[in-house]
Amino acid sequence: MIIRILGEGQFEVAEHTVEALNTIDTQLQAAVEADDEAGFRGALADLHALVREVGERLPDDYLGPSELVLPATDSTLEEVRALLGDEGLIPG
Amino acid sequence: MAGLMKRMSLIFKAKANKVMDRAEDPRETLDYSYTKQLELLQKVRRGVADVATSRKRLELQVQQLQQQSDKLDGQARAALAQGREDLAREALTRKSGLQTQISDLQTQHASLQGEEEKLTLASQRLQAKVDAFRTKKETIKATYTAAEAQTKIGEAFSGISEEMGDVGMAIQRAEDKTQTMQARAGAIDELLASGALDDPTGTSKDDIQTELDRLASTNDVELELAKMKGELSGAPATPAIEGASTATKTAPSPATPAEAQQPESSS
Repeated sequence: MIIRILGEGQFEVAEHTVEALNTIDTQLQAAVEADDEAGFRGALADLHALVREVGERLPDDYLGPSELVLPATDSTLEEVRALLGDEGLIPG
Repeated sequence: MAGLMKRMSLIFKAKANKVMDRAEDPRETLDYSYTKQLELLQKVRRGVADVATSRKRLELQVQQLQQQSDKLDGQARAALAQGREDLAREALTRKSGLQTQISDLQTQHASLQGEEEKLTLASQRLQAKVDAFRTKKETIKATYTAAEAQTKIGEAFSGISEEMGDVGMAIQRAEDKTQTMQARAGAIDELLASGALDDPTGTSKDDIQTELDRLASTNDVELELAKMKGELSGAPATPAIEGASTATKTAPSPATPAEAQQPESSS
Protein backbone atom coordinates (compact mmCIF):
# COMPACT_ATOMS: atom_id res chain seq x y z
CA MET A 1 0.00 0.00 0.00
CA ILE A 2 1.22 3.46 -0.87
CA ILE A 3 1.25 6.28 1.65
CA ARG A 4 2.16 9.89 0.96
CA ILE A 5 3.68 12.04 3.65
CA LEU A 6 2.88 15.57 2.58
CA GLY A 7 6.01 17.55 1.82
CA GLU A 8 8.16 14.41 1.71
CA GLY A 9 6.96 11.97 -0.91
CA GLN A 10 5.49 8.50 -1.20
CA PHE A 11 6.26 5.32 0.70
CA GLU A 12 5.37 1.72 -0.04
CA VAL A 13 4.15 0.03 3.14
CA ALA A 14 3.52 -3.68 3.58
CA GLU A 15 -0.15 -4.63 4.01
CA HIS A 16 0.41 -6.27 7.38
CA THR A 17 1.37 -2.99 8.99
CA VAL A 18 -1.95 -1.44 8.05
CA GLU A 19 -3.52 -2.50 11.31
CA ALA A 20 -0.87 -0.74 13.34
CA LEU A 21 -1.25 2.34 11.19
CA ASN A 22 -5.02 2.30 11.56
CA THR A 23 -4.76 2.18 15.33
CA ILE A 24 -2.71 5.37 15.45
CA ASP A 25 -4.80 6.92 12.70
CA THR A 26 -7.87 6.45 14.91
CA GLN A 27 -6.08 8.31 17.70
CA LEU A 28 -5.15 11.06 15.28
CA GLN A 29 -8.72 11.36 14.10
CA ALA A 30 -9.99 11.45 17.70
CA ALA A 31 -7.47 14.15 18.59
CA VAL A 32 -8.62 16.28 15.65
CA GLU A 33 -12.25 15.92 16.71
CA ALA A 34 -11.47 16.63 20.36
CA ASP A 35 -9.32 19.62 19.42
CA ASP A 36 -6.49 17.99 21.36
CA GLU A 37 -3.33 19.58 19.96
CA ALA A 38 -0.93 17.55 22.09
CA GLY A 39 -2.66 14.28 21.26
CA PHE A 40 -2.66 15.26 17.60
CA ARG A 41 1.06 15.99 17.58
CA GLY A 42 1.85 12.77 19.40
CA ALA A 43 -0.21 10.58 17.07
CA LEU A 44 1.13 12.35 13.99
CA ALA A 45 4.73 11.86 15.13
CA ASP A 46 4.00 8.17 15.82
CA LEU A 47 2.51 7.70 12.36
CA HIS A 48 5.48 9.39 10.72
CA ALA A 49 7.91 7.25 12.67
CA LEU A 50 6.05 4.07 11.75
CA VAL A 51 5.78 4.89 8.04
CA ARG A 52 9.46 5.74 7.87
CA GLU A 53 10.39 2.61 9.75
CA VAL A 54 8.37 0.07 7.81
CA GLY A 55 7.93 1.92 4.54
CA GLU A 56 10.15 2.04 1.53
CA ARG A 57 10.57 5.33 -0.26
CA LEU A 58 9.23 5.26 -3.81
CA PRO A 59 11.34 6.76 -6.59
CA ASP A 60 10.52 10.37 -7.48
CA ASP A 61 9.31 9.46 -10.94
CA TYR A 62 6.66 7.04 -9.66
CA LEU A 63 3.36 8.25 -11.10
CA GLY A 64 0.63 6.49 -9.12
CA PRO A 65 -1.65 7.99 -6.48
CA SER A 66 -1.51 7.16 -2.76
CA GLU A 67 -4.11 5.23 -0.81
CA LEU A 68 -3.40 7.15 2.34
CA VAL A 69 -2.12 10.67 2.85
CA LEU A 70 -0.39 11.78 6.01
CA PRO A 71 -0.11 15.46 6.99
CA ALA A 72 3.38 16.97 7.10
CA THR A 73 5.48 16.52 10.24
CA ASP A 74 5.06 20.11 11.38
CA SER A 75 1.39 20.46 10.50
CA THR A 76 -0.83 22.04 13.10
CA LEU A 77 -4.23 20.73 14.05
CA GLU A 78 -5.75 23.83 12.55
CA GLU A 79 -4.07 23.30 9.18
CA VAL A 80 -5.23 19.71 9.00
CA ARG A 81 -8.76 20.62 9.93
CA ALA A 82 -8.82 23.28 7.23
CA LEU A 83 -7.50 20.75 4.74
CA LEU A 84 -10.19 18.22 5.61
CA GLY A 85 -12.94 20.75 5.60
CA ASP A 86 -12.16 22.57 2.42
CA GLU A 87 -11.09 20.96 -0.81
CA GLY A 88 -10.31 24.38 -2.20
CA LEU A 89 -7.31 24.57 0.07
CA ILE A 90 -5.27 22.36 -2.21
CA PRO A 91 -4.10 24.66 -4.97
CA GLY A 92 -3.29 23.70 -8.52
CA MET B 1 -16.16 7.27 8.91
CA ALA B 2 -12.87 6.56 7.19
CA GLY B 3 -9.64 7.31 9.03
CA LEU B 4 -7.99 10.66 8.69
CA MET B 5 -5.32 9.47 6.27
CA LYS B 6 -7.96 7.91 4.02
CA ARG B 7 -10.04 11.07 4.06
CA MET B 8 -7.03 13.12 3.09
CA SER B 9 -6.28 10.87 0.13
CA LEU B 10 -9.93 11.03 -0.97
CA ILE B 11 -9.76 14.81 -0.98
CA PHE B 12 -6.81 14.69 -3.37
CA LYS B 13 -8.55 12.12 -5.57
CA ALA B 14 -11.75 14.14 -5.71
CA LYS B 15 -9.77 17.09 -6.95
CA ALA B 16 -8.12 15.03 -9.68
CA ASN B 17 -11.44 13.54 -10.76
CA LYS B 18 -13.03 16.92 -11.02
CA VAL B 19 -10.40 18.05 -13.51
CA MET B 20 -10.63 14.86 -15.51
CA ASP B 21 -14.42 14.93 -15.71
CA ARG B 22 -14.34 18.38 -17.24
CA ALA B 23 -12.69 17.26 -20.48
CA GLU B 24 -14.64 15.54 -23.23
CA ASP B 25 -11.60 13.82 -24.62
CA PRO B 26 -9.43 12.55 -21.74
CA ARG B 27 -6.38 13.02 -23.94
CA GLU B 28 -6.95 16.75 -23.75
CA THR B 29 -6.68 16.47 -20.01
CA LEU B 30 -3.16 15.15 -20.46
CA ASP B 31 -2.00 18.20 -22.37
CA TYR B 32 -3.85 20.57 -20.11
CA SER B 33 -2.37 18.96 -17.04
CA TYR B 34 1.10 18.98 -18.52
CA THR B 35 0.88 22.72 -19.12
CA LYS B 36 -0.20 23.13 -15.52
CA GLN B 37 2.70 20.99 -14.35
CA LEU B 38 5.21 23.15 -16.18
CA GLU B 39 3.65 26.26 -14.68
CA LEU B 40 3.86 24.76 -11.23
CA LEU B 41 7.50 23.82 -11.77
CA GLN B 42 8.23 27.45 -12.63
CA LYS B 43 6.37 28.55 -9.55
CA VAL B 44 8.33 26.24 -7.27
CA ARG B 45 11.60 27.48 -8.69
CA ARG B 46 10.52 31.06 -8.17
CA GLY B 47 9.48 30.08 -4.66
CA VAL B 48 12.94 28.69 -3.95
CA ALA B 49 14.51 31.92 -5.25
CA ASP B 50 12.16 34.08 -3.16
CA VAL B 51 12.90 32.20 0.01
CA ALA B 52 16.63 32.42 -0.72
CA THR B 53 16.34 36.20 -1.17
CA SER B 54 14.58 36.55 2.18
CA ARG B 55 17.15 34.33 3.82
CA LYS B 56 20.01 36.45 2.49
CA ARG B 57 18.31 39.62 3.66
CA LEU B 58 18.07 38.16 7.15
CA GLU B 59 21.74 37.23 7.04
CA LEU B 60 22.65 40.78 6.15
CA GLN B 61 20.54 42.16 8.97
CA VAL B 62 22.03 39.79 11.51
CA GLN B 63 25.45 40.92 10.34
CA GLN B 64 24.52 44.58 10.74
CA LEU B 65 23.02 44.06 14.16
CA GLN B 66 26.08 42.10 15.21
CA GLN B 67 28.36 44.93 14.12
CA GLN B 68 26.24 47.31 16.13
CA SER B 69 26.41 45.01 19.11
CA ASP B 70 30.20 44.76 18.84
CA LYS B 71 30.39 48.53 18.70
CA LEU B 72 28.32 48.89 21.87
CA ASP B 73 30.61 46.38 23.53
CA GLY B 74 33.60 48.52 22.62
CA GLN B 75 31.84 51.62 23.88
CA ALA B 76 31.07 49.93 27.19
CA ARG B 77 34.75 49.11 27.60
CA ALA B 78 35.79 52.65 26.72
CA ALA B 79 33.25 54.10 29.15
CA LEU B 80 34.48 51.83 31.94
CA ALA B 81 38.05 52.86 31.24
CA GLN B 82 36.90 56.45 31.71
CA GLY B 83 35.26 55.49 34.98
CA ARG B 84 31.79 56.03 33.58
CA GLU B 85 29.96 52.93 34.75
CA ASP B 86 26.61 54.56 34.04
CA LEU B 87 27.51 54.97 30.38
CA ALA B 88 28.91 51.45 30.20
CA ARG B 89 25.69 50.10 31.71
CA GLU B 90 23.62 51.94 29.12
CA ALA B 91 25.74 50.55 26.30
CA LEU B 92 25.47 47.00 27.63
CA THR B 93 21.71 47.33 28.07
CA ARG B 94 21.38 48.29 24.44
CA LYS B 95 23.69 45.48 23.45
CA SER B 96 21.52 42.99 25.30
CA GLY B 97 18.46 44.28 23.43
CA LEU B 98 20.27 43.76 20.16
CA GLN B 99 21.33 40.26 21.12
CA THR B 100 17.69 39.34 21.72
CA GLN B 101 16.84 40.61 18.28
CA ILE B 102 19.76 38.78 16.73
CA SER B 103 18.79 35.46 18.24
CA ASP B 104 15.20 36.00 17.10
CA LEU B 105 16.41 36.62 13.57
CA GLN B 106 18.60 33.56 13.73
CA THR B 107 15.60 31.42 14.62
CA GLN B 108 13.71 32.81 11.65
CA HIS B 109 16.73 32.23 9.49
CA ALA B 110 16.79 28.56 10.42
CA SER B 111 13.10 28.28 9.65
CA LEU B 112 13.55 29.87 6.22
CA GLN B 113 16.47 27.62 5.51
CA GLY B 114 14.21 24.66 6.27
CA GLU B 115 11.58 25.93 3.83
CA GLU B 116 14.21 26.46 1.19
CA GLU B 117 15.43 22.88 1.51
CA LYS B 118 11.89 21.50 1.44
CA LEU B 119 11.01 23.48 -1.66
CA THR B 120 14.21 22.48 -3.41
CA LEU B 121 13.42 18.82 -2.77
CA ALA B 122 9.80 19.35 -3.82
CA SER B 123 10.99 20.88 -7.06
CA GLN B 124 13.23 17.88 -7.73
CA ARG B 125 10.41 15.43 -7.02
CA LEU B 126 8.00 17.33 -9.20
CA GLN B 127 10.53 17.54 -12.02
CA ALA B 128 11.02 13.77 -11.97
CA LYS B 129 7.26 13.17 -12.03
CA VAL B 130 6.65 15.71 -14.77
CA ASP B 131 9.28 14.02 -16.95
CA ALA B 132 7.71 10.63 -16.33
CA PHE B 133 4.28 12.06 -17.05
CA ARG B 134 5.37 13.55 -20.36
CA THR B 135 6.61 10.15 -21.56
CA LYS B 136 3.44 8.44 -20.42
CA LYS B 137 1.29 11.12 -22.01
CA GLU B 138 2.92 10.72 -25.41
CA THR B 139 2.60 6.94 -25.24
CA ILE B 140 -1.07 7.14 -24.33
CA LYS B 141 -1.83 9.69 -27.02
CA ALA B 142 -0.04 7.62 -29.66
CA THR B 143 -1.51 4.27 -28.66
CA TYR B 144 -5.04 4.66 -27.48
CA THR B 145 -8.35 6.03 -28.66
CA ALA B 146 -10.21 8.54 -26.52
CA ALA B 147 -12.35 5.81 -25.00
CA GLU B 148 -9.39 3.59 -24.17
CA ALA B 149 -7.33 6.45 -22.90
CA GLN B 150 -9.71 7.12 -20.02
CA THR B 151 -8.69 4.08 -18.02
CA LYS B 152 -5.02 4.38 -18.94
CA ILE B 153 -4.85 7.95 -17.83
CA GLY B 154 -6.49 7.46 -14.44
CA GLU B 155 -3.54 6.33 -12.34
CA ALA B 156 -0.93 8.63 -13.82
CA PHE B 157 -3.24 11.57 -13.72
CA SER B 158 -4.32 11.22 -10.13
CA GLY B 159 -0.72 10.48 -9.17
CA ILE B 160 0.62 13.67 -10.68
CA SER B 161 -2.37 15.61 -9.49
CA GLU B 162 -1.69 14.50 -5.92
CA GLU B 163 1.93 15.57 -6.24
CA MET B 164 0.85 18.93 -7.62
CA GLY B 165 -1.52 19.45 -4.70
CA ASP B 166 1.25 18.59 -2.26
CA VAL B 167 3.78 20.89 -3.94
CA GLY B 168 1.19 23.62 -4.26
CA MET B 169 0.61 23.56 -0.52
CA ALA B 170 4.35 23.61 0.15
CA ILE B 171 4.71 26.74 -1.97
CA GLN B 172 1.78 28.36 -0.24
CA ARG B 173 3.36 27.65 3.10
CA ALA B 174 6.73 29.01 2.09
CA GLU B 175 5.09 32.13 0.67
CA ASP B 176 3.24 32.76 3.91
CA LYS B 177 6.42 32.40 5.92
CA THR B 178 8.38 34.62 3.56
CA GLN B 179 5.74 37.32 3.75
CA THR B 180 5.73 37.39 7.52
CA MET B 181 9.49 37.47 7.47
CA GLN B 182 9.62 40.30 4.96
CA ALA B 183 7.31 42.44 7.05
CA ARG B 184 9.59 41.95 10.06
CA ALA B 185 12.72 42.49 8.02
CA GLY B 186 11.23 45.71 6.70
CA ALA B 187 10.64 46.92 10.25
CA ILE B 188 14.25 46.20 11.19
CA ASP B 189 15.54 47.91 8.06
CA GLU B 190 13.53 50.98 9.06
CA LEU B 191 15.00 50.86 12.54
CA LEU B 192 18.49 50.59 11.14
CA ALA B 193 17.83 53.43 8.71
CA SER B 194 16.32 55.70 11.36
CA GLY B 195 19.49 55.43 13.43
CA ALA B 196 17.52 54.07 16.36
CA LEU B 197 19.88 51.12 16.29
CA ASP B 198 22.66 53.47 15.33
CA ASP B 199 24.23 53.59 11.95
CA PRO B 200 26.12 50.35 11.28
CA THR B 201 28.42 52.17 8.90
CA GLY B 202 29.60 54.29 11.83
CA THR B 203 29.22 57.54 9.93
CA SER B 204 26.75 59.07 12.33
CA LYS B 205 27.37 59.02 16.03
CA ASP B 206 25.04 57.91 18.75
CA ASP B 207 24.63 59.56 22.12
CA ILE B 208 26.98 57.14 23.91
CA GLN B 209 29.68 57.84 21.37
CA THR B 210 29.08 61.58 21.69
CA GLU B 211 29.54 61.36 25.46
CA LEU B 212 32.69 59.26 25.08
CA ASP B 213 34.08 61.73 22.56
CA ARG B 214 33.27 64.62 24.89
CA LEU B 215 35.10 62.86 27.73
CA ALA B 216 38.08 62.24 25.51
CA SER B 217 38.26 65.82 24.34
CA THR B 218 37.86 67.13 27.91
CA ASN B 219 40.80 64.96 28.84
CA ASP B 220 42.83 66.34 25.99
CA VAL B 221 42.06 69.91 26.99
CA GLU B 222 42.90 69.31 30.61
CA LEU B 223 46.14 67.61 29.68
CA GLU B 224 47.13 70.43 27.44
CA LEU B 225 46.22 72.98 30.10
CA ALA B 226 48.32 71.17 32.66
CA LYS B 227 51.18 71.00 30.22
CA MET B 228 51.00 74.72 29.47
CA LYS B 229 50.83 75.57 33.16
CA GLY B 230 53.85 73.46 33.73
CA GLU B 231 55.73 75.21 30.95
CA LEU B 232 54.80 78.65 32.30
CA SER B 233 55.83 77.83 35.84
CA GLY B 234 58.98 76.14 34.62
CA ALA B 235 57.91 72.93 36.25
CA PRO B 236 57.20 69.67 34.37
CA ALA B 237 53.57 69.04 33.51
CA THR B 238 51.61 66.83 35.85
CA PRO B 239 48.88 64.50 34.84
CA ALA B 240 46.55 66.07 37.36
CA ILE B 241 43.38 67.31 35.79
CA GLU B 242 41.90 68.66 38.99
CA GLY B 243 43.40 71.92 37.88
CA ALA B 244 45.81 74.47 39.24
CA SER B 245 45.68 73.33 42.84
CA THR B 246 47.32 69.98 42.22
CA ALA B 247 49.60 71.31 39.56
CA THR B 248 50.96 74.08 41.69
CA LYS B 249 51.11 72.21 44.98
CA THR B 250 53.00 69.18 43.80
CA ALA B 251 54.54 68.88 40.42
CA PRO B 252 57.65 66.83 40.75
CA SER B 253 57.04 63.76 38.66
CA PRO B 254 56.47 63.92 34.95
CA ALA B 255 53.26 62.42 33.70
CA THR B 256 53.37 59.00 32.17
CA PRO B 257 51.05 58.24 29.27
CA ALA B 258 49.15 55.78 31.43
CA GLU B 259 48.50 58.37 34.08
CA ALA B 260 47.47 60.88 31.51
CA GLN B 261 44.67 58.52 30.50
CA GLN B 262 43.21 58.50 34.00
CA PRO B 263 39.88 60.22 34.34
CA GLU B 264 40.17 63.40 36.32
CA SER B 265 36.59 64.03 37.24
CA SER B 266 35.22 60.61 37.86
CA SER B 267 32.96 61.50 40.75
